[in-house]
Amino acid sequence: MSLLEIENASVFYEDFQALYDINIKIEEGDIFACIGANGAGKSTMLKTVAGVLVPKTGRILFDGQPIDHMPPYKRVELGISSVPEGRRVFPSLTVHENLLIGGYRNRKGPWTTDSIYELFPLLKPLRKRQANGLSGGEQQALAIGRALMANPRLILMDEVSLGLAPVVIKRIYEAFPILLENGCTILVVEQDVQHVLTVATHVACFLEGRIALEGRPSELTSEQITAAYFGV
Amino acid sequence: MDWLNAIIQGILLGGLYALFAVGLSLVFGTMRLVNLAHGDLTVLPAYIALIIVGSTARFNPLYSIPIVMVIMFVFGYLLQRGLLNFVVGSGDVAGVIVTFGLSIVIMNGLQEAFTANSQGLDAGRIENMSITLSDQLAIGWLPLIIFIMAVVVIAALNVYMGNTKMGRAFRAVSDDQEAARLMGINTKHVWAVAMGVALLIVSIGGVMMGIRTTFNPLLGADRLIFAFEAVIIGGMGSSWGTLLGGVILGVAQLLGALIFGPAWQILAGHVVFVVILALRPQGFLAKTVTA
Repeated sequence: MSLLEIENASVFYEDFQALYDINIKIEEGDIFACIGANGAGKSTMLKTVAGVLVPKTGRILFDGQPIDHMPPYKRVELGISSVPEGRRVFPSLTVHENLLIGGYRNRKGPWTTDSIYELFPLLKPLRKRQANGLSGGEQQALAIGRALMANPRLILMDEVSLGLAPVVIKRIYEAFPILLENGCTILVVEQDVQHVLTVATHVACFLEGRIALEGRPSELTSEQITAAYFGV
Repeated sequence: MDWLNAIIQGILLGGLYALFAVGLSLVFGTMRLVNLAHGDLTVLPAYIALIIVGSTARFNPLYSIPIVMVIMFVFGYLLQRGLLNFVVGSGDVAGVIVTFGLSIVIMNGLQEAFTANSQGLDAGRIENMSITLSDQLAIGWLPLIIFIMAVVVIAALNVYMGNTKMGRAFRAVSDDQEAARLMGINTKHVWAVAMGVALLIVSIGGVMMGIRTTFNPLLGADRLIFAFEAVIIGGMGSSWGTLLGGVILGVAQLLGALIFGPAWQILAGHVVFVVILALRPQGFLAKTVTA
């Protein structure tokens, strides 16, 4: 049984259809990367898994259980947590309080505030600082730490490299194996293909609301990916 | 000496305004809902106390406060889950219209049940006891107790907001509603608790006001305006600021009454509010953080 199965999901923003009959299977232990240009539907897909959007047709199964009509907080309880696009840390809360909010549902697991500070040592001296004073890289580390505090089985990461310096991006991707070791499957959405393909076990390329190409990065040529990315 | 008296009484009156205003500010802060029924919801607790006092033989209304607080908390929770949650987040206009309607329903419901006549709550001797500072200056125990209650309530609210899981959730939801949902917060529940806490605080002010003066179902509109003014003078997001705002408003009203005559009391408060709004629109102690 797959950890996450999306079956024939179609998602709309009012009259505009953003996703057309998407099918995805993610196994436990995968690093599943969704790539594609701006507006291809990658973030829409993540929001549908998180529960912010509801598919008009099709189903979403988590660990075999249909979840498509559950509110987001119930999905967090089951073990799906999010690193939203644009980080979305709580600006008036301190770093430490942001982490505590991440653990709001009290799911048991390996992640605690201490282990997050161990994973991202840069956060430790900032723990009493308000999150709005943090740099982009610090905020991204905090957003990931906050999502881990839910002790997720599946973590959804939306554009984690956007607007960050290459050295910071590298450090964030270096944390991925540690996440896997702790039983956390990763679904990551990226526009920046280069970095994510070095770590991903699976890749799906979105084009205009459909999946144009899917497979293991090692089995795909860069020509295939370019063609699927730009639709040429 | 008249001046000093007006200032002291004004400060104490400000405590009462702050008790009305912190609930309004809490609701606006957590769910961006402008609750136009807030004034009427400050009148309601006095009537609940009246029922409790009336149904028991000689029960001091002061002792009814904890019971009224519990009733108002439950009422606030259910009101939010059953009605107001449907308009939160659907634009400013929907919330204003629904709470305006609610305000009319409460006001007319109270008139229907209790008539438009003024009522009072009799707390006995404490109402007339005072501390004499000089032969021209005395502080009533009741206004002093109300002011102390306001300070205690605001301090307790700050501890609650700063140190409890639910208080943290209030602030997270206030910062970013969607992100809070993604972190596992059930925003509908959190908003309902916020409304419950707001009405629990309002109960204290509402019953104390009912003991201090008479009340009737039509007072809601004035109290709503005083609460708004206290919040705005003090600055959004700061409950100590709201106390300061209430005090400024109270002092302005009583000094206005002293200088221009009693008819000018309310207007003097509004004029000072408008001047402050023009000169310092963010209020004195605003704490709102923008991302």
